[in-house]
Amino acid sequence: MLNLDIKGQVGTFSVNAELQAGLGVTALVGPSGAGKTTVLRAIAGLWRPTEGRIEIAENVLFDNGEGIDLPVNKRRLGIVFQDPLLFPHLSVEQNLKYGSPAKNPAWDGIINLLDLGELLKRVPRNLSGGEAQRVALGRALLSDPQLLLLDEPLTGLDDERREQVLPFLERLRDETDVPIVYVSHHRDEISRLADLVFSIKDGTIVSEQTPKEYVQSRPDLS
Amino acid sequence: MDSLFSDPAVREIVWLSLKVSIVAMIFVLPLAIMVGKWLAKPDLRGKSLISALVHLPLVLPPVVTGYVLLLVFGRNGAVGSFLNDIGVGFTFSWVGAALAAGIMAFPLVVRPIRLAFENQDPRLHELANTLGASRWKRFNTIALPLAWPGVISGLVLGFAKALGEFGATITFVSNIPGETQTLSLAIYTLLQSPSGDSSAFALMGIAVVISFAAILLSEILASRLTKKRGQ
Repeated sequence: MLNLDIKGQVGTFSVNAELQAGLGVTALVGPSGAGKTTVLRAIAGLWRPTEGRIEIAENVLFDNGEGIDLPVNKRRLGIVFQDPLLFPHLSVEQNLKYGSPAKNPAWDGIINLLDLGELLKRVPRNLSGGEAQRVALGRALLSDPQLLLLDEPLTGLDDERREQVLPFLERLRDETDVPIVYVSHHRDEISRLADLVFSIKDGTIVSEQTPKEYVQSRPDLS
Repeated sequence: MDSLFSDPAVREIVWLSLKVSIVAMIFVLPLAIMVGKWLAKPDLRGKSLISALVHLPLVLPPVVTGYVLLLVFGRNGAVGSFLNDIGVGFTFSWVGAALAAGIMAFPLVVRPIRLAFENQDPRLHELANTLGASRWKRFNTIALPLAWPGVISGLVLGFAKALGEFGATITFVSNIPGETQTLSLAIYTLLQSPSGDSSAFALMGIAVVISFAAILLSEILASRLTKKRGQ
């Protein structure tokens, strides 16, 4: 589904990452500064590797050999960061519709899936952290993405809110067919959500494991 | 105040000043938004130089700006002679007064707009980009609406500056009652005559009221916008 093989430099930090991910949830884990977010930004087109190739289900997003570098707004990727980054001057409904095609047939399904119906008329500043992150997920999903990139989406939330949002992510995995790349360093999130785990260190993918293998190999993590 | 406004000469001065300032702002604002957005780019090459050029009218003696305008836009000027041929004359006309006011106000309009663009979270723009928004849609739906408080501040500062503009105006388009004699020029003229003090005071009162109302309005609008967004 996702084939990635990239090399590049961010300041003095080198990235040399290769991974093949299938459908479902692919987790990308590693310590801070290992290059997780850089890989995600490369997929999104927000950072340009010096060489390599990125393709999703045979859609080539980047290939320096062929001179392909699809603009960010043509890549059809839904991104959710640690910070929900809702547009502060727009209502929840306007935020959700921002990237959505007009008369989106998926609208009702996604609103129900993430339980957003009650929030539509609210403005971002009146939402709790968990609610805002659900809206950010909905906004990304409604843009009809071919892949969802979730960059530590629960890290900014306290334990209670994380527990409230996690079931929504499980439903998202089970009830939609959008593949997900999930960056996190929380063991419980990975064991509950992921189908495959790639570990990254110093900009390089160092292992590919099942969630079970990963959890057993890292007893030091919470 | 009522009796003051019943005087046709006063009404004419006030109307002319408002016309000059409003027309100046109508032309300056879109340009200031473009320049402000451009200057807010973090990786703009030659930023200091461009910024210095934009701010030049603020630091130059207004007489110099007025004289440069006369050289460029006067009947024999490089641009003025061409415009004159197609029927647009700046010299000794209120249109020239609006041009002088607009140029003098430009740096004051650009500055808060530029700051409003600079202070925006670049990640919001990246996110809009990932949601498929074109460059124009990102500007129109994210950058510009988030910059509104700065745009309003710039507009009011510029309007006040245009209303009070004196040196460049009198140098460029002279001081012709009914055509280029704005509030400041009229006050100056009245103060030159021994019996003009009381009328001059009345016009000063009007200037204070208009300027204060404009600033008050901008404060109210800006604080409402800020409150609405919880910024």
